[in-house]
Amino acid sequence: MIRAEGLVKRFNGFAAVDGVTFSVEPGTILALLGPNGAGKTTTLRMLSAILMPTEGRAVVGGYDTRENPTAVRQQIGLLTEQPALYLRMRGGEYLEFFGQLYGLSPTVCRQRGWEWLERFAMPEAWDRRIGEYSKGMRQKLALVRALLHDPPVLLLDEPTSAMDPHSAKLVRDAILSLRDARRTILVCTHNLTEAELLADEIAIIRRGQIVAQGTSAELKRQLLGPPLMELRLSASVDGVGPIVARWALVVEEGPNWIRYRADAPETVNPVILQALSAAGIPVVTLSEVPRSLESVYLRVVEG
Amino acid sequence: MNATGQAHALFGSGWWQQTMTLFRRELRDSLRDWRILFPIFTMTILFPILMRFATGFLESSFYERWGAEGVTIRLFPLMLLMVGFLPVSISLVIALESFAGERERLSLEPLLAAPLSELQLYLGKTLAALVLPLIAGFTGIAFYLLILPPGARPDSLTLLQAVLLTIGKALVMVSGAVIVSTQTTSVRAANLLASFIVVPMALLLQGESLLILQGWKNVLWYILIFLVVADVMLVRMGLRLFNREELLGREIDELNLRNLWRTFWRHLVWERWFFGFPPERLPRGLRWLSTWTGLYFRDIPRVLRRSWLALTLVLISLLGAVGIGWDFATRFRLPAEYLPLDKITKETFSQASTSTISWLPAFTFWGVLGNNVRSLTLAALLGTFSFGSLAALLLMIPIAIIAYAAFQVAWVGYDPFTFVMTFVMPHGVLELPAAIIATALAVRLGATFIAPPRGMTVGEGWIQALADFVKVFLAVVVPLLAIAAVVEVALTPAIVLAVYGR
Repeated sequence: MIRAEGLVKRFNGFAAVDGVTFSVEPGTILALLGPNGAGKTTTLRMLSAILMPTEGRAVVGGYDTRENPTAVRQQIGLLTEQPALYLRMRGGEYLEFFGQLYGLSPTVCRQRGWEWLERFAMPEAWDRRIGEYSKGMRQKLALVRALLHDPPVLLLDEPTSAMDPHSAKLVRDAILSLRDARRTILVCTHNLTEAELLADEIAIIRRGQIVAQGTSAELKRQLLGPPLMELRLSASVDGVGPIVARWALVVEEGPNWIRYRADAPETVNPVILQALSAAGIPVVTLSEVPRSLESVYLRVVEG
Repeated sequence: MNATGQAHALFGSGWWQQTMTLFRRELRDSLRDWRILFPIFTMTILFPILMRFATGFLESSFYERWGAEGVTIRLFPLMLLMVGFLPVSISLVIALESFAGERERLSLEPLLAAPLSELQLYLGKTLAALVLPLIAGFTGIAFYLLILPPGARPDSLTLLQAVLLTIGKALVMVSGAVIVSTQTTSVRAANLLASFIVVPMALLLQGESLLILQGWKNVLWYILIFLVVADVMLVRMGLRLFNREELLGREIDELNLRNLWRTFWRHLVWERWFFGFPPERLPRGLRWLSTWTGLYFRDIPRVLRRSWLALTLVLISLLGAVGIGWDFATRFRLPAEYLPLDKITKETFSQASTSTISWLPAFTFWGVLGNNVRSLTLAALLGTFSFGSLAALLLMIPIAIIAYAAFQVAWVGYDPFTFVMTFVMPHGVLELPAAIIATALAVRLGATFIAPPRGMTVGEGWIQALADFVKVFLAVVVPLLAIAAVVEVALTPAIVLAVYGR
């Protein structure tokens, strides 16, 4: 698991991270969102025991990053923002090198490396020089490097940013399967759709501080207000407004539709439907108006 | 965990395996880079041939013609040093590429995230930067010996000197390159800073050439000792600097003057304090007192406590200076007529006040004070660039001279204790503590690069040492030196005349 408690990191007096607190349980994914320079990478570096916090503490994989940094590093698989590979090496050689740094035998490195490369649809990468790889291949190889020693904690910075949609899907599926295998996963991303697809919980960081945190639904409710419901009728909406307004706040009306906000749709919606039915107004559909994570994100980062 | 257990954890087989894995990768990387291989090969094979040809040419066309055969013989060991050094110089390029290059390409971060200690990273990379150039250097030396005429081959001691000096220089260059790399974020900037390594190395090589041509080969052992000391200092400093915080905490090579000033000011200012009594409760007109009591009773003692190791080192080096003075006094005895203590008159001092010797300060208040302030400021400057050693050396020289004079005085029948008490102590009782304190703080200015205070980066540690130096220099050292100068000019001559004069 990951537990960050009041993490602060100052560089020459400037607080790049300023009191970040969160936790990620095994078998869950937390997506850390935020604009460039918000403190995501510094947070990741502190969690991977590369940088020590100026204040606060972090426990990763059961070890305190300050007290036992080497053990923390053994517990994590870190995918850095840039793949940062050795271009003169061959893929297999590169994986064997990093595997051995993590104490794996060459045989295990080969076996696991092959498995992952096949899963990411690039088995030919084993014998090719990394300098000849495409951007997406490089990113996938960097991800394999992070997964090779089968770490219980994964810290992934922009895991699919350079990939085509097919590769990105392969990687997302792999991340989800790792979550199912009870790995603790933290993903930093700018890709909001991906965050919504992957994450059990989302934290938005701005100027070094977590400004919003929760599930996607919780954040939407918290920041965009109660869910917006849309009622579509087979006839005009005349007379419907006053009925709906008894239980909810009507926000918009069209010729044959009406939108309202309901604090508790699960109780309000059946009541409204019953009332309309009693009034003889035929309802075609009742659905929630989709609200994007992007609007949540923009609301948060734009203050 | 007991000591054996700790050693096993630190240097166990897994530890070495990881380090060697890193070493092998780095070495393989160098072996795949033609930009490294080509110059190494050229310097290893072509330069010995070129050197042999050049010495042969000089021998036949110049020296034999002008009858300077002795010089020709000395050229062979000189060339031996050159053929060893030239391929080894590539180690600087490899080290810059390995440290600064990886940092610039960001490929260092996955390594920093691996379960490796900083020592393992340093060792693996440093060994890899050393091995290939050293093999090339030794091959060059062997090849050169092979193509030399049998009678011209240097003796085994010269060969040993060449091999050890080659290793020493390679390590200086690589450990210097690590330091340079930690202070930059690009290979370009590292190459610019590498002139701080290349220029001294070139000067050293010229110095070695002169020594060999002069036939002073024994002095090369002292150069070797100097290189070993430099190696130890640079490796220690490199180990301090090559850490994850330093490497990732510096994103751009920018000199932030405002920030530097802010840090300096933070370390310079001190709290107001009045013997535990809250300063704000003092009568308004007396509150200024707490600034001074805060400085002299709280802050300066704190600075001195922080400098205890440097103070101890300076005191030990002063004992050493007394030993050197004694050693010189036993070896170079002055005849009694050179020490006419009983012939000192008032005029002796009045003549000194106009300073007939150009490099000596005038024997006036400003002359003496100016000289002392200048020397101690110079000590701070030299200390910064020499890990503190030259600062200590600068104070050792006058102490050794005083000790030398005191022992000479004893040889010719005077009481050395009376000599020191009359000539030195009246002003020395103030001047010496001032000089010791200033020198200790100057030592700290240089030593911070090797051992920054815990929890501080090298830069911040140095700024703290500078703030401490400035504060103590202005608040303690200069006032003490000023009083000492008054005593030295006005009182010491009177005491000397009273004891020895007529």
